[in-house]
Amino acid sequence: MIAIIDYGVGNLFSLKSSFAAIGTDAYVTRDPAAVAAADKIILPGVGAFGDAAKKLRDCGMAEVVTAEARRGKPLLGICLGMQLLFEKSYEYGEHEGLGLIRGEIRPIAEQISEGLKIPHIGWNALQFTEKPSRLFRCIKNGDHVYFVHSFSGTGCAESVIATAEYGAPLVSAVEDGSVFGCQFHPEKSGDVGLNILRAFCSMEVGKC
Amino acid sequence: MITKRIIPCLDVRNGRVVKGVNFEGLADVSSPVELGQYYSRCGADELVFYDITASAEGRALFTDILCEVARTIFIPLTVGGGINTVDDFDRVLKCGADKVSVNSGAIRNPKLVYEAAKKYGDQCVVLSADIKRVDGVFRVFAKGGRENTGMEAIEWIRQCVSMGVGEVVVNSIDTDGVKNGFDLEMLAEVCDAVNVPVIASGGAGCMEDFTTLFKTLPKVDAGLAASIFHFGEVKIKDLKTKLAGENIPVRI
Repeated sequence: MIAIIDYGVGNLFSLKSSFAAIGTDAYVTRDPAAVAAADKIILPGVGAFGDAAKKLRDCGMAEVVTAEARRGKPLLGICLGMQLLFEKSYEYGEHEGLGLIRGEIRPIAEQISEGLKIPHIGWNALQFTEKPSRLFRCIKNGDHVYFVHSFSGTGCAESVIATAEYGAPLVSAVEDGSVFGCQFHPEKSGDVGLNILRAFCSMEVGKC
Repeated sequence: MITKRIIPCLDVRNGRVVKGVNFEGLADVSSPVELGQYYSRCGADELVFYDITASAEGRALFTDILCEVARTIFIPLTVGGGINTVDDFDRVLKCGADKVSVNSGAIRNPKLVYEAAKKYGDQCVVLSADIKRVDGVFRVFAKGGRENTGMEAIEWIRQCVSMGVGEVVVNSIDTDGVKNGFDLEMLAEVCDAVNVPVIASGGAGCMEDFTTLFKTLPKVDAGLAASIFHFGEVKIKDLKTKLAGENIPVRI
Protein backbone atom coordinates (compact mmCIF):
# COMPACT_ATOMS: atom_id res chain seq x y z
CA MET A 1 0.00 0.00 0.00
CA ILE A 2 1.08 3.52 -0.76
CA ALA A 3 0.47 6.31 1.73
CA ILE A 4 -0.14 9.77 0.30
CA ILE A 5 0.53 12.25 3.08
CA ASP A 6 -2.20 14.80 3.68
CA TYR A 7 -0.86 17.67 5.79
CA GLY A 8 -3.29 20.30 4.59
CA VAL A 9 -1.46 21.69 1.56
CA GLY A 10 -2.86 21.17 -1.87
CA ASN A 11 -5.39 18.94 -3.44
CA LEU A 12 -4.73 15.24 -3.66
CA PHE A 13 -7.60 14.20 -5.92
CA SER A 14 -5.55 13.80 -9.11
CA LEU A 15 -2.67 12.12 -7.34
CA LYS A 16 -4.96 9.55 -5.75
CA SER A 17 -6.71 9.02 -9.11
CA SER A 18 -3.41 8.46 -10.91
CA PHE A 19 -2.54 5.56 -8.62
CA ALA A 20 -6.00 4.10 -9.18
CA ALA A 21 -5.38 4.43 -12.94
CA ILE A 22 -2.24 2.28 -12.74
CA GLY A 23 -3.98 -0.26 -10.52
CA THR A 24 -2.16 0.50 -7.28
CA ASP A 25 -3.80 0.89 -3.91
CA ALA A 26 -3.04 4.27 -2.42
CA TYR A 27 -4.66 5.97 0.51
CA VAL A 28 -4.60 9.58 1.58
CA THR A 29 -3.79 9.88 5.26
CA ARG A 30 -3.21 12.35 8.08
CA ASP A 31 -2.14 9.59 10.49
CA PRO A 32 1.62 9.13 11.08
CA ALA A 33 1.00 5.52 12.13
CA ALA A 34 -0.58 4.77 8.74
CA VAL A 35 2.50 6.21 7.04
CA ALA A 36 4.75 4.00 9.15
CA ALA A 37 2.64 0.98 8.14
CA ALA A 38 2.71 1.73 4.37
CA ASP A 39 5.10 0.12 1.85
CA LYS A 40 5.86 3.41 0.16
CA ILE A 41 5.32 7.08 0.86
CA ILE A 42 4.28 9.99 -1.35
CA LEU A 43 4.99 13.48 -0.06
CA PRO A 44 2.97 15.92 -2.18
CA GLY A 45 2.67 19.67 -1.79
CA VAL A 46 1.90 22.99 -3.40
CA GLY A 47 2.25 26.45 -1.92
CA ALA A 48 4.96 28.07 0.15
CA PHE A 49 7.89 26.10 1.63
CA GLY A 50 7.95 27.71 5.09
CA ASP A 51 4.27 27.13 5.74
CA ALA A 52 4.36 23.55 4.42
CA ALA A 53 7.47 22.60 6.43
CA LYS A 54 5.83 23.89 9.59
CA LYS A 55 2.59 21.98 8.93
CA LEU A 56 4.54 18.80 8.22
CA ARG A 57 6.36 19.10 11.55
CA ASP A 58 3.31 20.16 13.55
CA CYS A 59 1.32 17.08 12.54
CA GLY A 60 4.16 14.73 13.42
CA MET A 61 4.69 13.64 9.81
CA ALA A 62 8.17 15.09 9.37
CA GLU A 63 9.58 12.77 11.99
CA VAL A 64 7.90 9.63 10.59
CA VAL A 65 8.81 10.40 6.99
CA THR A 66 12.45 11.00 7.87
CA ALA A 67 12.68 7.85 9.98
CA GLU A 68 10.99 5.64 7.36
CA ALA A 69 13.12 7.04 4.54
CA ARG A 70 16.31 6.44 6.52
CA ARG A 71 15.22 2.81 6.95
CA GLY A 72 15.06 2.48 3.19
CA LYS A 73 11.31 2.76 2.59
CA PRO A 74 10.77 4.26 -0.89
CA LEU A 75 9.75 7.91 -0.61
CA LEU A 76 8.71 10.15 -3.50
CA GLY A 77 8.40 13.91 -3.04
CA ILE A 78 6.40 15.77 -5.68
CA CYS A 79 6.76 19.48 -6.53
CA LEU A 80 6.94 21.27 -3.15
CA GLY A 81 7.13 17.79 -1.64
CA MET A 82 10.44 17.28 -3.46
CA GLN A 83 11.74 20.63 -2.25
CA LEU A 84 10.93 19.67 1.34
CA LEU A 85 13.37 16.73 1.03
CA PHE A 86 16.24 19.22 0.76
CA GLU A 87 18.23 20.69 3.65
CA LYS A 88 17.10 24.25 3.29
CA SER A 89 14.99 26.69 1.27
CA TYR A 90 15.41 30.39 0.62
CA GLU A 91 11.78 30.96 -0.36
CA TYR A 92 10.81 34.17 1.45
CA GLY A 93 13.33 33.81 4.28
CA GLU A 94 15.31 30.79 5.30
CA HIS A 95 13.60 27.53 6.19
CA GLU A 96 14.81 24.11 7.20
CA GLY A 97 13.73 21.06 5.20
CA LEU A 98 13.90 17.35 6.01
CA GLY A 99 17.56 17.06 4.98
CA LEU A 100 17.13 13.77 3.09
CA ILE A 101 18.66 15.25 -0.08
CA ARG A 102 21.77 17.37 0.16
CA GLY A 103 21.21 20.83 -1.33
CA GLU A 104 19.16 24.00 -1.12
CA ILE A 105 16.07 25.45 -2.78
CA ARG A 106 16.59 28.82 -4.43
CA PRO A 107 14.53 31.14 -6.67
CA ILE A 108 14.61 30.24 -10.37
CA ALA A 109 15.03 33.98 -11.04
CA GLU A 110 18.57 33.75 -9.60
CA GLN A 111 19.47 30.90 -11.93
CA ILE A 112 18.16 31.96 -15.34
CA SER A 113 18.61 34.83 -17.74
CA GLU A 114 16.28 37.78 -17.44
CA GLY A 115 13.19 38.11 -19.58
CA LEU A 116 11.94 34.54 -19.12
CA LYS A 117 8.58 34.20 -17.47
CA ILE A 118 8.35 33.04 -13.88
CA PRO A 119 6.95 30.59 -12.79
CA HIS A 120 8.41 27.96 -15.09
CA ILE A 121 5.05 26.64 -16.22
CA GLY A 122 4.16 24.17 -18.94
CA TRP A 123 5.51 21.04 -20.62
CA ASN A 124 9.28 20.71 -20.78
CA ALA A 125 11.63 17.90 -21.81
CA LEU A 126 13.55 15.90 -19.21
CA GLN A 127 17.26 15.73 -19.87
CA PHE A 128 18.70 12.74 -18.06
CA THR A 129 22.04 13.14 -16.31
CA GLU A 130 24.71 10.41 -16.28
CA LYS A 131 23.48 9.16 -12.92
CA PRO A 132 21.59 5.88 -13.41
CA SER A 133 17.99 6.15 -12.27
CA ARG A 134 15.47 3.59 -11.09
CA LEU A 135 12.64 6.12 -11.10
CA PHE A 136 13.00 6.74 -14.84
CA ARG A 137 13.41 3.16 -15.98
CA CYS A 138 10.02 3.19 -17.76
CA ILE A 139 10.50 6.50 -19.63
CA LYS A 140 13.09 7.90 -22.01
CA ASN A 141 15.41 10.86 -22.22
CA GLY A 142 13.60 13.83 -23.81
CA ASP A 143 10.11 12.85 -22.62
CA HIS A 144 7.94 15.82 -21.66
CA VAL A 145 6.48 16.43 -18.22
CA TYR A 146 4.38 19.22 -16.72
CA PHE A 147 6.01 21.84 -14.48
CA VAL A 148 4.70 24.67 -12.31
CA HIS A 149 7.30 26.20 -9.99
CA SER A 150 9.20 29.38 -9.13
CA PHE A 151 11.93 27.82 -6.97
CA SER A 152 14.23 24.87 -7.65
CA GLY A 153 16.99 22.70 -6.20
CA THR A 154 20.67 23.74 -6.20
CA GLY A 155 23.88 22.28 -4.82
CA CYS A 156 22.56 18.74 -5.24
CA ALA A 157 24.70 17.56 -8.19
CA GLU A 158 25.28 14.05 -6.79
CA SER A 159 21.57 13.25 -6.66
CA VAL A 160 20.25 14.93 -9.83
CA ILE A 161 18.81 12.46 -12.35
CA ALA A 162 17.23 14.99 -14.73
CA THR A 163 17.18 18.66 -15.58
CA ALA A 164 14.95 20.77 -17.82
CA GLU A 165 16.26 23.58 -20.00
CA TYR A 166 14.76 26.98 -19.14
CA GLY A 167 17.45 29.58 -19.60
CA ALA A 168 19.57 27.18 -17.52
CA PRO A 169 19.34 23.48 -16.72
CA LEU A 170 16.87 23.48 -13.82
CA VAL A 171 16.95 20.53 -11.43
CA SER A 172 13.88 18.46 -12.29
CA ALA A 173 14.33 15.19 -10.44
CA VAL A 174 16.58 13.75 -7.74
CA GLU A 175 17.30 10.25 -6.50
CA ASP A 176 19.43 9.11 -3.59
CA GLY A 177 19.01 5.48 -2.56
CA SER A 178 15.31 5.06 -2.00
CA VAL A 179 14.58 8.79 -1.71
CA PHE A 180 13.13 10.25 -4.92
CA GLY A 181 11.89 13.67 -5.90
CA CYS A 182 10.12 15.14 -8.95
CA GLN A 183 9.91 18.89 -9.35
CA PHE A 184 7.22 18.35 -12.01
CA HIS A 185 3.78 16.76 -11.57
CA PRO A 186 3.76 13.11 -12.68
CA GLU A 187 0.01 13.03 -11.99
CA LYS A 188 -0.44 15.74 -14.66
CA SER A 189 2.15 14.48 -17.15
CA GLY A 190 0.05 12.03 -19.15
CA ASP A 191 1.39 8.53 -19.84
CA VAL A 192 4.98 9.58 -19.11
CA GLY A 193 3.95 10.63 -15.61
CA LEU A 194 1.99 7.43 -15.01
CA ASN A 195 5.05 5.41 -16.09
CA ILE A 196 7.17 7.22 -13.52
CA LEU A 197 4.62 6.35 -10.83
CA ARG A 198 4.59 2.73 -12.07
CA ALA A 199 8.37 2.54 -11.65
CA PHE A 200 8.08 3.97 -8.15
CA CYS A 201 5.36 1.46 -7.23
CA SER A 202 7.53 -1.47 -8.28
CA MET A 203 10.35 -0.62 -5.86
CA GLU A 204 10.97 -2.62 -2.75
CA VAL A 205 11.86 -1.59 0.77
CA GLY A 206 15.54 -1.41 1.55
CA LYS A 207 16.74 -2.30 -1.97
CA CYS A 208 18.78 0.40 -3.63
CA MET B 1 12.64 24.49 -23.60
CA ILE B 2 9.02 25.01 -22.65
CA THR B 3 6.79 23.79 -25.46
CA LYS B 4 3.93 25.69 -27.04
CA ARG B 5 0.63 24.35 -25.77
CA ILE B 6 -2.36 23.33 -27.90
CA ILE B 7 -5.59 23.53 -25.93
CA PRO B 8 -9.05 22.36 -26.99
CA CYS B 9 -11.92 24.06 -25.22
CA LEU B 10 -15.11 22.16 -24.41
CA ASP B 11 -18.38 23.94 -23.63
CA VAL B 12 -20.49 21.92 -21.24
CA ARG B 13 -24.20 22.42 -20.62
CA ASN B 14 -26.05 20.23 -18.11
CA GLY B 15 -23.13 17.84 -18.07
CA ARG B 16 -22.95 17.35 -21.84
CA VAL B 17 -20.54 18.82 -24.38
CA VAL B 18 -22.15 21.33 -26.69
CA LYS B 19 -20.92 21.31 -30.29
CA GLY B 20 -19.38 17.83 -30.24
CA VAL B 21 -20.09 16.61 -33.74
CA ASN B 22 -18.15 14.07 -35.65
CA PHE B 23 -15.44 11.85 -34.28
CA GLU B 24 -14.04 8.63 -35.55
CA GLY B 25 -13.96 5.89 -32.96
CA LEU B 26 -15.96 7.83 -30.43
CA ALA B 27 -19.37 6.49 -29.51
CA ASP B 28 -20.62 9.45 -27.54
CA VAL B 29 -19.21 12.78 -28.67
CA SER B 30 -21.22 14.73 -26.15
CA SER B 31 -19.68 12.96 -23.17
CA PRO B 32 -17.09 15.29 -21.63
CA VAL B 33 -15.23 12.28 -20.27
CA GLU B 34 -14.95 10.48 -23.60
CA LEU B 35 -14.16 13.59 -25.57
CA GLY B 36 -11.56 14.62 -23.00
CA GLN B 37 -9.92 11.21 -23.17
CA TYR B 38 -9.93 11.38 -26.94
CA TYR B 39 -8.16 14.75 -26.93
CA SER B 40 -5.71 13.58 -24.30
CA ARG B 41 -4.83 10.59 -26.52
CA CYS B 42 -4.41 12.90 -29.53
CA GLY B 43 -1.80 14.98 -27.73
CA ALA B 44 -3.75 17.93 -26.31
CA ASP B 45 -1.51 19.64 -23.75
CA GLU B 46 -4.31 20.83 -21.54
CA LEU B 47 -8.10 20.85 -21.54
CA VAL B 48 -10.43 23.72 -20.82
CA PHE B 49 -13.94 22.94 -19.65
CA TYR B 50 -16.38 25.77 -19.79
CA ASP B 51 -19.59 25.37 -17.82
CA ILE B 52 -22.28 27.30 -19.65
CA THR B 53 -25.10 26.00 -17.46
CA ALA B 54 -27.25 28.59 -15.73
CA SER B 55 -29.09 26.41 -13.21
CA ALA B 56 -27.92 25.04 -9.86
CA GLU B 57 -28.81 21.50 -10.97
CA GLY B 58 -26.69 21.87 -14.08
CA ARG B 59 -23.83 23.19 -11.98
CA ALA B 60 -23.94 20.18 -9.67
CA LEU B 61 -23.98 17.92 -12.71
CA PHE B 62 -20.90 19.74 -14.00
CA THR B 63 -18.88 19.10 -10.84
CA ASP B 64 -19.81 15.41 -10.96
CA ILE B 65 -18.63 15.23 -14.55
CA LEU B 66 -15.46 17.12 -13.68
CA CYS B 67 -14.57 14.54 -11.00
CA GLU B 68 -15.13 11.82 -13.57
CA VAL B 69 -12.86 13.61 -16.05
CA ALA B 70 -10.12 14.15 -13.48
CA ARG B 71 -10.25 10.48 -12.49
CA THR B 72 -9.27 9.39 -15.98
CA ILE B 73 -7.33 12.22 -17.64
CA PHE B 74 -3.87 13.10 -16.40
CA ILE B 75 -3.07 16.40 -18.07
CA PRO B 76 -3.76 19.88 -16.68
CA LEU B 77 -7.43 20.83 -16.51
CA THR B 78 -8.73 24.38 -16.51
CA VAL B 79 -12.29 25.13 -15.57
CA GLY B 80 -14.30 28.25 -16.24
CA GLY B 81 -17.87 29.48 -16.30
CA GLY B 82 -19.86 30.67 -13.34
CA ILE B 83 -16.83 31.44 -11.17
CA ASN B 84 -17.90 34.34 -8.96
CA THR B 85 -16.54 33.59 -5.50
CA VAL B 86 -13.60 31.92 -3.77
CA ASP B 87 -16.06 29.14 -2.88
CA ASP B 88 -16.53 28.53 -6.60
CA PHE B 89 -12.76 28.06 -6.90
CA ASP B 90 -12.89 25.61 -4.05
CA ARG B 91 -15.78 23.70 -5.61
CA VAL B 92 -13.98 22.96 -8.89
CA LEU B 93 -10.46 22.53 -7.45
CA LYS B 94 -11.78 19.80 -5.15
CA CYS B 95 -12.99 17.95 -8.23
CA GLY B 96 -9.54 17.86 -9.75
CA ALA B 97 -9.24 21.14 -11.69
CA ASP B 98 -5.72 22.61 -11.72
CA LYS B 99 -6.56 26.12 -12.82
CA VAL B 100 -9.69 28.21 -12.64
CA SER B 101 -10.61 30.75 -15.23
CA VAL B 102 -12.46 33.93 -14.27
CA ASN B 103 -14.16 36.42 -16.56
CA SER B 104 -17.38 38.24 -15.62
CA GLY B 105 -16.83 37.28 -11.97
CA ALA B 106 -13.60 39.28 -11.90
CA ILE B 107 -15.23 42.23 -13.66
CA ARG B 108 -18.00 42.34 -11.07
CA ASN B 109 -15.56 41.89 -8.19
CA PRO B 110 -11.87 42.46 -9.03
CA LYS B 111 -10.92 41.45 -5.47
CA LEU B 112 -11.83 37.89 -6.40
CA VAL B 113 -8.56 37.59 -8.33
CA TYR B 114 -6.51 38.78 -5.37
CA GLU B 115 -8.28 36.57 -2.84
CA ALA B 116 -8.10 33.45 -4.99
CA ALA B 117 -4.43 34.00 -5.85
CA LYS B 118 -3.57 34.44 -2.20
CA LYS B 119 -5.37 31.25 -1.26
CA TYR B 120 -4.44 28.95 -4.16
CA GLY B 121 -1.39 30.59 -5.73
CA ASP B 122 -1.04 32.76 -8.86
CA GLN B 123 -0.57 29.72 -11.10
CA CYS B 124 -4.13 28.68 -10.32
CA VAL B 125 -5.86 31.86 -11.44
CA VAL B 126 -6.49 32.36 -15.15
CA LEU B 127 -8.03 35.55 -16.49
CA SER B 128 -10.22 35.04 -19.52
CA ALA B 129 -10.74 38.38 -21.24
CA ASP B 130 -13.28 38.91 -24.05
CA ILE B 131 -11.96 41.85 -26.04
CA LYS B 132 -13.37 43.85 -28.94
CA ARG B 133 -12.31 46.98 -30.75
CA VAL B 134 -14.68 49.88 -30.20
CA ASP B 135 -13.75 53.05 -32.10
CA GLY B 136 -10.19 51.80 -32.38
CA VAL B 137 -9.79 51.03 -28.68
CA PHE B 138 -9.61 47.53 -27.15
CA ARG B 139 -12.52 47.20 -24.73
CA VAL B 140 -13.38 44.46 -22.24
CA PHE B 141 -16.74 42.80 -22.74
CA ALA B 142 -18.72 40.93 -20.11
CA LYS B 143 -21.53 38.36 -20.10
CA GLY B 144 -20.17 36.16 -22.85
CA GLY B 145 -19.23 39.11 -25.04
CA ARG B 146 -22.64 40.76 -24.98
CA GLU B 147 -21.95 43.76 -22.77
CA ASN B 148 -19.34 46.47 -23.23
CA THR B 149 -17.87 47.29 -19.82
CA GLY B 150 -16.17 50.39 -21.19
CA MET B 151 -12.89 49.31 -19.59
CA GLU B 152 -9.71 49.56 -21.63
CA ALA B 153 -8.54 45.97 -22.14
CA ILE B 154 -4.76 46.19 -21.82
CA GLU B 155 -5.01 48.18 -18.61
CA TRP B 156 -7.57 45.70 -17.24
CA ILE B 157 -5.27 42.76 -17.97
CA ARG B 158 -2.29 44.54 -16.43
CA GLN B 159 -4.32 45.28 -13.32
CA CYS B 160 -5.46 41.67 -12.98
CA VAL B 161 -1.90 40.38 -13.36
CA SER B 162 -0.71 42.74 -10.65
CA MET B 163 -3.44 41.32 -8.41
CA GLY B 164 -2.26 37.77 -8.96
CA VAL B 165 -3.53 36.39 -12.27
CA GLY B 166 -1.01 33.78 -13.41
CA GLU B 167 -2.12 33.34 -17.00
CA VAL B 168 -4.24 35.29 -19.49
CA VAL B 169 -6.56 33.94 -22.17
CA VAL B 170 -7.13 36.60 -24.81
CA ASN B 171 -10.42 36.01 -26.65
CA SER B 172 -10.73 38.35 -29.56
CA ILE B 173 -14.41 38.89 -30.30
CA ASP B 174 -13.37 40.54 -33.57
CA THR B 175 -11.72 37.41 -34.96
CA ASP B 176 -13.80 34.77 -33.16
CA GLY B 177 -15.67 32.56 -35.59
CA VAL B 178 -14.14 34.29 -38.64
CA LYS B 179 -11.54 31.51 -39.06
CA ASN B 180 -9.08 33.85 -40.67
CA GLY B 181 -6.33 33.64 -38.07
CA PHE B 182 -5.68 34.78 -34.51
CA ASP B 183 -5.83 38.48 -33.61
CA LEU B 184 -2.08 39.13 -33.80
CA GLU B 185 -2.36 42.85 -33.24
CA MET B 186 -4.35 42.46 -30.03
CA LEU B 187 -2.12 39.61 -28.79
CA ALA B 188 1.06 41.60 -29.43
CA GLU B 189 -0.19 44.39 -27.18
CA VAL B 190 -1.05 41.97 -24.39
CA CYS B 191 2.34 40.23 -24.67
CA ASP B 192 4.11 43.58 -24.35
CA ALA B 193 2.06 44.52 -21.30
CA VAL B 194 2.47 41.44 -19.09
CA ASN B 195 5.04 38.79 -18.22
CA VAL B 196 2.77 35.84 -17.52
CA PRO B 197 1.76 33.16 -20.05
CA VAL B 198 -0.58 34.42 -22.78
CA ILE B 199 -3.05 32.07 -24.46
CA ALA B 200 -4.44 33.06 -27.84
CA SER B 201 -8.09 32.37 -28.55
CA GLY B 202 -10.47 33.23 -31.35
CA GLY B 203 -9.93 33.04 -35.07
CA ALA B 204 -8.05 29.82 -35.77
CA GLY B 205 -9.28 28.31 -39.02
CA CYS B 206 -6.43 26.07 -40.12
CA MET B 207 -3.03 24.74 -39.08
CA GLU B 208 -1.17 27.64 -40.68
CA ASP B 209 -2.91 30.04 -38.30
CA PHE B 210 -1.07 28.37 -35.42
CA THR B 211 2.30 28.46 -37.20
CA THR B 212 1.81 32.14 -37.95
CA LEU B 213 0.79 32.80 -34.35
CA PHE B 214 3.86 31.22 -32.76
CA LYS B 215 6.30 32.53 -35.38
CA THR B 216 5.03 36.11 -35.31
CA LEU B 217 4.58 36.28 -31.56
CA PRO B 218 7.16 34.11 -29.77
CA LYS B 219 5.86 35.33 -26.42
CA VAL B 220 2.49 33.64 -26.93
CA ASP B 221 2.53 30.38 -24.98
CA ALA B 222 -0.53 28.55 -26.23
CA GLY B 223 -3.25 28.42 -28.84
CA LEU B 224 -6.80 27.60 -27.81
CA ALA B 225 -9.65 26.61 -30.11
CA ALA B 226 -12.95 24.80 -30.01
CA SER B 227 -14.89 24.11 -33.19
CA ILE B 228 -11.98 23.44 -35.56
CA PHE B 229 -10.88 20.64 -33.24
CA HIS B 230 -14.41 19.43 -32.54
CA PHE B 231 -15.32 19.32 -36.22
CA GLY B 232 -12.05 17.62 -37.10
CA GLU B 233 -10.97 20.44 -39.43
CA VAL B 234 -7.66 20.50 -37.60
CA LYS B 235 -6.37 17.32 -36.01
CA ILE B 236 -4.16 17.97 -33.00
CA LYS B 237 -1.68 15.24 -33.94
CA ASP B 238 -1.20 16.65 -37.45
CA LEU B 239 -1.00 20.18 -36.08
CA LYS B 240 1.79 19.26 -33.69
CA THR B 241 3.72 17.40 -36.36
CA LYS B 242 3.48 20.46 -38.57
CA LEU B 243 4.59 22.83 -35.80
CA ALA B 244 7.55 20.57 -34.98
CA GLY B 245 8.49 20.59 -38.68
CA GLU B 246 8.59 24.38 -38.54
CA ASN B 247 10.92 24.26 -35.53
CA ILE B 248 8.28 25.37 -33.06
CA PRO B 249 8.80 23.41 -29.83
CA VAL B 250 5.86 21.10 -29.09
CA ARG B 251 5.28 17.99 -27.04
CA ILE B 252 4.80 15.01 -29.33
